[in-house]
Amino acid sequence: MTKQPERIFIKGNEAIARGALAARCKCFFGYPITPQNDIPEFMSTEIIKAGGDFVQAESEVAAANMLLGAAAAGIRSMTSSSSPGMSLKQEAISYMAGSEVPAVIVNVNRGGPGLGDIGPAQGDYYQSTRGGGHGDYRHFTLAPGNVQEAYDLTIRAFDIAFEHRTPVLILADAILGQMKEPITPWTPEKIDDEAGRDWAITGKTADREKRLIKSLFLAEGELAEQNKHLQAKYESWTKLTECEQFETEDADLIICAYGSIARIAKSTVRKFRKEGKKVGLFRPITLYPFPSAQLKALAEQDKRFLTIEHNLGQMVDDVRLAIRTVSDSDFFPIYPGNLPTPDELEEPILKCLEGK
Amino acid sequence: MSEINEKLVFDKPEIIIDRATHYCPGCHHGIAHRLVGELLDEMELGGNTLMTTSIGCSVFLYNYLNVDAVEAPHGRAPAVATGVKRARPDHFVFTYQGDGDLASIGMAEIMHAANRGEKISVVFVNNTVYGMTGGQMAPTTLIGQKTTTCPNGRCETTQGSPIRMTEIIASLGGVAYAARGSLDSVKNIRTAKKHLKKAFECQTNGTGFGFVELLSGCPTNWKMTPLQANERIQNDMIPYFPLGVFKDISEDGGIC
Repeated sequence: MTKQPERIFIKGNEAIARGALAARCKCFFGYPITPQNDIPEFMSTEIIKAGGDFVQAESEVAAANMLLGAAAAGIRSMTSSSSPGMSLKQEAISYMAGSEVPAVIVNVNRGGPGLGDIGPAQGDYYQSTRGGGHGDYRHFTLAPGNVQEAYDLTIRAFDIAFEHRTPVLILADAILGQMKEPITPWTPEKIDDEAGRDWAITGKTADREKRLIKSLFLAEGELAEQNKHLQAKYESWTKLTECEQFETEDADLIICAYGSIARIAKSTVRKFRKEGKKVGLFRPITLYPFPSAQLKALAEQDKRFLTIEHNLGQMVDDVRLAIRTVSDSDFFPIYPGNLPTPDELEEPILKCLEGK
Repeated sequence: MSEINEKLVFDKPEIIIDRATHYCPGCHHGIAHRLVGELLDEMELGGNTLMTTSIGCSVFLYNYLNVDAVEAPHGRAPAVATGVKRARPDHFVFTYQGDGDLASIGMAEIMHAANRGEKISVVFVNNTVYGMTGGQMAPTTLIGQKTTTCPNGRCETTQGSPIRMTEIIASLGGVAYAARGSLDSVKNIRTAKKHLKKAFECQTNGTGFGFVELLSGCPTNWKMTPLQANERIQNDMIPYFPLGVFKDISEDGGIC
């Protein structure tokens, strides 16, 4: 990979859009919703300059279905939204998972339920990791923790999508989307736009059978076979889990957090470390597949766990599932609607550390 | 011993796969499929076609036409086709949708794809009923028509009036061609094919969005014989859904 030398100072949302263009995303379908508007706004001109196409769809539903169409045609494509819009996109995401088309979807998570607010939150964790629509499916979910990572993971998302023929969700939040940081943009060396597209609809030629992108399996046993096939695919992803571990080696207490909250918690961990307190941070980067093995390895070292989320307790289920045979995790909620500071995390962490 | 000289005068289009369909006796989907197939052959579009199928009786269209296809969620075919066309603008992209799919759950998608002037073609089969799910009321069900969800007949004051889609579509800026034909008689079938050809040409020559509504029979859910169904199209449907070209911005066309 060739790193370009320049540094640019941009928002997380723009980093996602620029990352997509670096990954040669050619179609973008969007709909206005705060706090993700920078992505469609950027794309409305920049993807055209890059030789692609942009549609402001009539609805979130339509944007996601346009994505399904472009992805079925084997073209690198993307949509983005925020929480209420993500509920509407789930129909098409279920079809994309069922008919195995590769696409990238961005959720800049805001407060809920309902209309909630436009501030940061992590209330969409379940929706993002359990297959948010109907039927049994999962999709890859990546959770960047800073603006550079938002850029990097967007590039990765396209590779994962096409390698595994799956929708890939980038789960950001309003802090990450709206925060400006310097990043080093880079461009992947080589992307073949047509290689490995032997499943995509490209027009039937005389030398091959017609191709169907579908998720309807009515014949006896057919759907069970498809579900079995999907399950095997999801299980194969467990080796692709990724996480960041910060000061975990000698820690007595491990804070489990992702995204922006992990970053805030990291500040608290740093402060406590200066005071000699043995606290560490475990940050899942892949939320699905969840880095259970890495977490379990820590649990086997007789450490305690505290999960902190910007919701009422969702990822803590995955933490507990990962370590259930050896340990357990406490949980501290930051209620959506509130913006936490590193200071506010001191008390709950201290309590856990002291075993209270 | 007399020698038999047989001359084949009627054959299936090459692009239509040689197999039995799942359609009920007297259903007009077979005719609509054939017209589409004939045109894809005549216009030599088969190898370039990316078809978007919809939800309803015609979901299995992809089993009958030998072209690449994507299956859209219910009502979303115009959005999916938009994505396909934007991704591969040099290909021929069409949707094939029924009245429940297009005029009810997919109303937003068809209106906006048409209004954007997407370079796609839409084949809209209107038989005034949800066929595959067992004969429920559709947005095009006629006043007084009995269905499983309006067993006493559609009531205008509580269930609204049947929607005339072609007229609505013709009123939108991005539309190049909008016409309504019928599949009840040989004469009307021939005219319907001309409508479809014009709509397809609007895409191949880049003029814009083409829309053709086809009035069709559903003897099973109308509880009629195929002949009675044809008569119903003539006596009840055509008076409410008039046939003709409602918009045509192509060179030799004109609004009528």
